[in-house]
Amino acid sequence: MARAVSTRRKITFTIIGWTVGLLIFFPVLWTILTSFKTELDAISIPPKWIFFDWTLENYATVQERSNYFRFMMNSVYLALGSTALGLIFAIPAAWAMAFSPTPRTKDVLLWMLSTKMLPAVGVLIPIYLIFRDWGLLDSRVGLIVVLFLINLPIMVWMLYTYFKEIPGEILEAARMDGASLSKEITHVLAPMSVPGIASTVLLSVILAWNEAFWTLNLTTSNAAPLTTFIASYSSPQGNFYAKLSAASTLAIAPILILGWFSQKQLVRGLTFGAVK
Amino acid sequence: MRHRFSLLAACAAMLAGTSVGASAQETLTIATVNNGDMIRMQGLTDAFTEQHPDIQLNWVTLEENVLRQRVTTDIATNGGQFDIMTIGTYEVPIWAENDWLLPLDNLGDDYDVDDLIPAIREALSKDGTLYAAPFYAESAMTLYRTDLFEAAGIEMPEAPTWDFIADAARQISEANDDVYGICLRGKPGWGENMAFLGSMARSYGANYFDASWQPQFDSEGWTTAVTQYVDMMTNYGPPGAASNGFNENLTLFNQGRCAMWMDATVAASFVTNPEESQVAENVGFAPFPCGVENCPNQGANWLWAWSLAIPAGSQKAEAAETFISWATSKAYLELVAENEGWSNVPPGTRTSLYENEQYTSEAPFAEQTLAAINNADPSITDDKPYVGLQFAAIPEFQGLGTAVGQQMAAAVSGSMTVEQALQSAQQAAVREMTRAGYIQ
Repeated sequence: MARAVSTRRKITFTIIGWTVGLLIFFPVLWTILTSFKTELDAISIPPKWIFFDWTLENYATVQERSNYFRFMMNSVYLALGSTALGLIFAIPAAWAMAFSPTPRTKDVLLWMLSTKMLPAVGVLIPIYLIFRDWGLLDSRVGLIVVLFLINLPIMVWMLYTYFKEIPGEILEAARMDGASLSKEITHVLAPMSVPGIASTVLLSVILAWNEAFWTLNLTTSNAAPLTTFIASYSSPQGNFYAKLSAASTLAIAPILILGWFSQKQLVRGLTFGAVK
Repeated sequence: MRHRFSLLAACAAMLAGTSVGASAQETLTIATVNNGDMIRMQGLTDAFTEQHPDIQLNWVTLEENVLRQRVTTDIATNGGQFDIMTIGTYEVPIWAENDWLLPLDNLGDDYDVDDLIPAIREALSKDGTLYAAPFYAESAMTLYRTDLFEAAGIEMPEAPTWDFIADAARQISEANDDVYGICLRGKPGWGENMAFLGSMARSYGANYFDASWQPQFDSEGWTTAVTQYVDMMTNYGPPGAASNGFNENLTLFNQGRCAMWMDATVAASFVTNPEESQVAENVGFAPFPCGVENCPNQGANWLWAWSLAIPAGSQKAEAAETFISWATSKAYLELVAENEGWSNVPPGTRTSLYENEQYTSEAPFAEQTLAAINNADPSITDDKPYVGLQFAAIPEFQGLGTAVGQQMAAAVSGSMTVEQALQSAQQAAVREMTRAGYIQ
């Protein structure tokens, strides 16, 4: 039975929740506000919150200087491509480890995760040379493969955790009814773990969207995504905060909107199995 | 049958024709840094492509550190991703020595290579041959608020010393609650606080290394320089100065919060631009201060030029050289002046620019900039075995300079004493230089 919660407690938790939420959102809000200021207003002390001369000049400058749409489409291709490829490998791998574990399964899982502990710059030169020799520099295909490999351990881990929550007896029953392995995965396991798969997909898309080491180092122009777009507006000599903010707002807008509309799935997926 | 063969031959000829046409059109991929002058050039390249319809330009603009990592990886692995690279005076001597760059010996008859400011030309050449063409160049200077100096009854001397600067910073800080007497770089990095501190130490006669490559952080010059630097930053500088770089100080100065700022000469065009600066009308310029009377290079111990170079692996060297010749020519300076005004012309590369009265009247910092660049001599001398002033042009300097910069930032933030910071820097430098084989 649920415990009764007093109104005072509710108000306290609501205030705490909103404060934390606003604190987390504040940098994004400030970036969006700055993108509508002039460069002089952007650095004014005391800071101007709402009452300043709103301008779209920064967006016009960004649009004039860069082909935003090309960068955005590259981000979409890379995020979706690497995620789709990741699912093809991660679902069977997680299935095998969740339902047919061996004494070494835990070691394999840990080993997979340990690859994330290697600093990326440590393998930059070998990967760059491989890409050069295979003609993959500045290509979407090459980057999709790299992003897929980077996110694969996390995808396998997340899916494994969800699959472990599904009773093996249900899959056994499906087998008893004559379901083949592929049907067992597609008709029984996948529908039952939709929230888990959905949140894995979302997390993978977000990670691939934000990945800024490989996307900066392995691209020049054809495959350059939004991370390169933002990097082109950061200047060590000269204050262009308003223009940088406009570029950043444009870069985060698609993923922010996607996250906003899919937050239910994301929360449900991330808390899946937390309460029994 | 004969008809079919003729048709095939015609198709083959058409295809061949197409491929010849396609190969005639060349696209140059240019890696460049994001700053005002470079962005302005991207907006003016229609003038180039109209003159050279067979050459298209593909710009890859990146933040300085990202650009450096990106182009270094590409050139070291012969990746061939760029036809032209924007690099600085740190990279040129090292890369030219490694044969990573093509010599620029065919810039055209009207290029007038002798018009390039000698110090800049020297910094970008090996054995008298130019390996990169300067797009804009800078040294260092003192920028100060004339209104605050006037109110305090202080006059900036023609050749200020650090003692004078420290005293002026104290007086102005005491008289104004909302103004910091001095703003200097504190953010750790070989191109950040060490660029400033390297120059300041030079003004006390100290280098990074002596003639036998022994690090000099335990010398009297470095001790005096860093002690005075930390003292000024702690007493008259902004809070959290250890995280301030060029841009943070630029913001503070443009907001009217700094009375003095010693940094790159390129800052002058930003602080005098009324669209960016709240104090544009009240900025004065003076030489970089001296530690001792008649200090080395009269205080001008800083030289940097963003320059265009062709990687040795480029398949489009001829087209690349044509573009570099255009972008760094006298005609380009006139093109910028026509479209954006003389004050927006990239500074510091050509002597003729400083003989142009229109430019000197529109850019109040011109005279000081030229004097600082002319005085800066980065070449190897008897007591300095490396090229460079605010940096040492050896591959190890990036890592070493940043490590030492972290010790200096710790001294500014108070987590270390000056003595501890310099001692630690000296130990790290000796270890690194021994490991790299400079010290036997």
